[in-house]
Amino acid sequence: MKFAILVNEGPYTHQASDSAFHFTQAALEQGHQVIRVFFYHDGVNNGTRLTTPPQDDRHVTNRWSELAEKHDLDLVVCVAAAQRRGVVDEDEQKRNSKDANNIADGFRISGLGQLIEAGIQADRLVTFGD
Amino acid sequence: MLHVVNKSPFEKNCLESCVRLSQAGSCILLIEDGVYGALFNGEASEEIQTCLKDRKVCVLGEDLQARGIESDRIMSGVEVIDYAGFVRLAVEHPKVQSWL
Repeated sequence: MKFAILVNEGPYTHQASDSAFHFTQAALEQGHQVIRVFFYHDGVNNGTRLTTPPQDDRHVTNRWSELAEKHDLDLVVCVAAAQRRGVVDEDEQKRNSKDANNIADGFRISGLGQLIEAGIQADRLVTFGD
Repeated sequence: MLHVVNKSPFEKNCLESCVRLSQAGSCILLIEDGVYGALFNGEASEEIQTCLKDRKVCVLGEDLQARGIESDRIMSGVEVIDYAGFVRLAVEHPKVQSWL
């Protein structure tokens, strides 16, 4: 079965990203396909590679990046939400004349159309938020 | 339909709304702070009891454990499941509604 996942909250404040991660992992373990994980609203904060949580804590961003690499996941960050919150890739850096970028490995910035498309193509869209 | 409730009934009325609007044959899954809804003699125990007549009610074991809630404090009839069970419920039900 094809799943799409929507994450609406950032890491550490809410459990949404953790729940979404564990659900995604469990779905993949059962042989299901996760066609896209879309990060919207504060959820875009999951996609910055500059986070450094304490060593004995989970690394939410790296965990997503590693899962994406292992299973070839499509992690998409909403562009408008990302611009508001300072989550930047190389293209956005150039386009908005910023001095740096911070997108984490395995994440890409794109538009809301990607959420709609995932909702149409997937058999189930599961939302995690607050 | 699979209804996912992630708010404590002590804090928000999501579970109450979900119970009121969900239909017979559907399933209500309590996750995150929503697991407090499964407590025996808790804020939502009457509503859950009503639900159990014609709906399935499940609670995520990992989130119970994270909050120090032992399974003997959970209402009888409420099924404790894991993330794999969550995925299976999502497969079984054609729609998944999160009550955010």
